[in-house]
Amino acid sequence: MNKAVKIHKFFLNGKYIVLDVNSGGVHVVDKIVYDILDLYEDHDEAQVLSNLKSIYDEETIRDAYYEIGYLVKEGTLFSEENDISNFNYNNDNIVKAMCLHVAHDCNLKCNYCFASQGNFKGERRMMSLETGKKALEFLAKNSGKRRNLEVDFFGGEPLMNFEIVKELVAYGREIEKIYNKHFRFTITTNGVLLDEDKMDFINENMDNVVLSLDGRKEINDQMRQTINGNGSYDIVLPKFKEMVEKRGDKDYYIRGTFTNKNIDFSNDIIDYYNNGFKKVSMEPVVTSEEMDYALREEHLQDVLDEYEKFSKEYIDIKRKDKDFYFFHYMIDLSQGPCIIKRAVGCGAGSEYLAITPEGDLYPCHQFVGEKEFLLGTLDNGIVNTGLRDKFKNANVYNSPECRTCWARFYCSGGCHANAYYANADFSKPYKLGCDMEKKRIECSISILANLEN
Amino acid sequence: MKYIKTLSGSNLKDSLAKGGCGECQTSCQSACKTSCTVGNQKCENK
Repeated sequence: MNKAVKIHKFFLNGKYIVLDVNSGGVHVVDKIVYDILDLYEDHDEAQVLSNLKSIYDEETIRDAYYEIGYLVKEGTLFSEENDISNFNYNNDNIVKAMCLHVAHDCNLKCNYCFASQGNFKGERRMMSLETGKKALEFLAKNSGKRRNLEVDFFGGEPLMNFEIVKELVAYGREIEKIYNKHFRFTITTNGVLLDEDKMDFINENMDNVVLSLDGRKEINDQMRQTINGNGSYDIVLPKFKEMVEKRGDKDYYIRGTFTNKNIDFSNDIIDYYNNGFKKVSMEPVVTSEEMDYALREEHLQDVLDEYEKFSKEYIDIKRKDKDFYFFHYMIDLSQGPCIIKRAVGCGAGSEYLAITPEGDLYPCHQFVGEKEFLLGTLDNGIVNTGLRDKFKNANVYNSPECRTCWARFYCSGGCHANAYYANADFSKPYKLGCDMEKKRIECSISILANLEN
Repeated sequence: MKYIKTLSGSNLKDSLAKGGCGECQTSCQSACKTSCTVGNQKCENK
């Protein structure tokens, strides 16, 4: 097994940056420190001096060496791993978040849809009010002492069953008093059916709304088509603009997917910005390698270069407009999650469940319809406890690849579904995804370092 | 410090003490839905 690295260093956007893996420390350093760090662990001060004296003067080397030593003592450089690999995680099997598939049907037929154009490989079906109510009760009853509970109305396309969404929000508000909970409702929509009433309801009742759009018209319309095969851009763009305008300060994301057809996806993100959208996300497509639009190893370098290119543009935009946010370049170094959250990741399969219109329980929306991942039903609860335990144990300590990776406490092991669809094993990380995530972390931190000035 | 500027000196190990309360947002419920991004989530227990 490879030895776990203690630090990770890189040069990006004019900054030399060093991450201390185990403490979470992040330092922007001068070139001399960057050079000494290569030698520090297995050379003493005299050896470092002799190695670098042809480049730097002695006093500078000694001063920089001393500064490194200070941070080592302080515990934010070359810090040792605190072995918490046998930590307790969700012993009580508490559920705190739900993806509620209120409609397994869709009014678009996007080529890359993981939901097989809305039906998740099953029948086209709408969730009934009764099933939806059972789901909210299941969450309230199985959430232990957690107060904040998350429910995302998802599909297919959830606006196709919007009356049920409205009734479920009302029902949630009713039962949160009984159970002393707070539901945070969110919705993910393609926007086709958005009208003023729906916008008003969503803006009033949903903590966040995710609006799906792929950027430039020609890119969006190549993948996101109506049932008749026409592009959806001209239908949804004006609605999204109106929705966001009305939403005021509340959270929203314009969210797109990029494929190998738009590896120049920074142009799509800039297109969002030029359309007035300030909170945006653009995600790599999740699919099997055989699909003609899939991201494969041969595309990787271009994708990484694109992330770097966009990080430079992002710094320029942020200097003029601090309210612009690209989801993957947001990073909170001081108020971020605790080490346990960072070790276990998304919580799919135990803290987080997806509920189908039939009332079946799956580890997350990406696994819906994969029968071997059926966890149970709303009526019987979690029956496949062995599968739940597998998900609970899929943390950064139990994956050999993650165990030694510098990025493990930032990405938390990555997406189980990505891993499963790439490797038929959800605890073996998806390599392409790892490489992209590492680049995004480097970009995010270099952005922060530049904006600090 | 002349040669090093610390952006974050927080120590993850300290977060173990009161960590794992689970009140934080489920990472996949935010904007991604297809990629696990935890480092940018907020702690709700600070």
